[in-house]
Amino acid sequence: MSETTSPNTATPVVGTARVKRGMAEMLKGGVIMDVVTPEQAKIAEDAGAVAVMALERVPADIRAQGGVSRMSDPDMIDGIINAVSIPVMAKARIGHFVEAQILQSLGVDYVDESEVLTPADYANHIDKWAFTVPFVCGATNLGEALRRITEGAAMIRSKGEAGTGDVSNATTHMRKIRQEIRRLSSLPADELFVAAKELQAPYELVKEIAETGKLPVVLFTAGGIATPADAAMMMQLGAEGVFVGSGIFKSGNPAQRAAAIVKATTFHDDPDVLAKVSRGLGEAMVGINVDDIPQPHRLAERGW
Amino acid sequence: MIGVLALQGDVREHVAALTAAGAQARPVRRPAELDAVDGLVIPGGESTTISKLVDIFELRDPIDKRIADGMPVYGSCAGMIMLAAEVLDGRPDQRGFDGIAMTVRRNAFGRQVDSFEAPVEITGIPGGPLHAVFIRAPWVERVGENVEVLGMVSDGPASGRIVAVRQHNLLATSFHPELTGDPRLHAYFVDLVRTAR
Repeated sequence: MSETTSPNTATPVVGTARVKRGMAEMLKGGVIMDVVTPEQAKIAEDAGAVAVMALERVPADIRAQGGVSRMSDPDMIDGIINAVSIPVMAKARIGHFVEAQILQSLGVDYVDESEVLTPADYANHIDKWAFTVPFVCGATNLGEALRRITEGAAMIRSKGEAGTGDVSNATTHMRKIRQEIRRLSSLPADELFVAAKELQAPYELVKEIAETGKLPVVLFTAGGIATPADAAMMMQLGAEGVFVGSGIFKSGNPAQRAAAIVKATTFHDDPDVLAKVSRGLGEAMVGINVDDIPQPHRLAERGW
Repeated sequence: MIGVLALQGDVREHVAALTAAGAQARPVRRPAELDAVDGLVIPGGESTTISKLVDIFELRDPIDKRIADGMPVYGSCAGMIMLAAEVLDGRPDQRGFDGIAMTVRRNAFGRQVDSFEAPVEITGIPGGPLHAVFIRAPWVERVGENVEVLGMVSDGPASGRIVAVRQHNLLATSFHPELTGDPRLHAYFVDLVRTAR
């Protein structure tokens, strides 16, 4: 972790890379759940969520209803902040730094610069170093993750294809990121310069990853996770925690499913526990196959 | 062997810090794994989640029993909350272990935008103040008579707040020494475990 941002005086310093990245470290092994009302936020907290993502519509509804999707109403976010004691995250559109300023002013604990909302800037992402609040960003591959970290993201989530209940893209993205990290670790030092060029990421960051074998920030998974088994598979593939969007509150029994996904995330490597928590959960969200979604409507392809 | 309670939170960082301090460390998720360790670290994380999982996976009674038998336990942040006899601003159903006679206020310094770093002098740890990282951290509002205050915030709006305490074999800090690469606090705990054995 960067030493350059550490304070040298006795005066407390806020908004350092260490407290931003450290906040994500504390969420590891946990489940972050999309909620659209204070009541849902309470259900999520009761089920053992480590944080909630406050938004107006879950991705499945954004997909169904179409139109431009934006930051949630501050009243709605306030309502959720007041309803629970766990951290509250909220989404800003890609590149929409003013939505992010508003979310910071509301006191949200993490901003998700999210492809699930309609992008506000098709060239630039938000300069996340300019904020005290930390940011999480999505990535489909290592280069994208490193560009987001360069812009100041303090946490990365693999993108998946949100609002589908189809876990296949989350799997692809997580495998891809991990695979590219392993590849860097195996390269001789003199090939890292070209690797950085190919990844379209800064050499210093590429070199750091080649040496440590991991991202300098926490890596969660997201997009299409609908069952305890989905969550456990993503953890076994190397995710450090799980975002569940539509999968919980679009299912038959949200409270029970939420609790089961929490347990499955903790005991992701124990099939006996997974078998037990997967029983009798009622209907999972109906879901859409990613392949059936026309290319222009795929959310994971937003972000550059 | 020292265990790190591995239900949720920054387990890997505590295992690494204990290893850097010269101890053997392993994650603990099951009662049988708890039996095999001489001391336990409760990591940073979300205390409401950890509290729930401790009950679901039937670790509460075994941990309480080991604490009663004198097993050393160190809790950082969420771990401090789990070791507090009384928690303010927690969930009504949130329960810690039969730990330290203290009252802890959850998220006392504020939300994440108020999370901060500052040096904190710790009684019993030589070599200058620890660089302390506070993340949505709790503070200690009151302590019982057997509790020793080891450290306080020295500057800024929260100056004078208690952030490190010890009661016999139980140690707790509001902050996260596992995030800084300075092994001194973990070395202090490793010593405590060696002495207790």
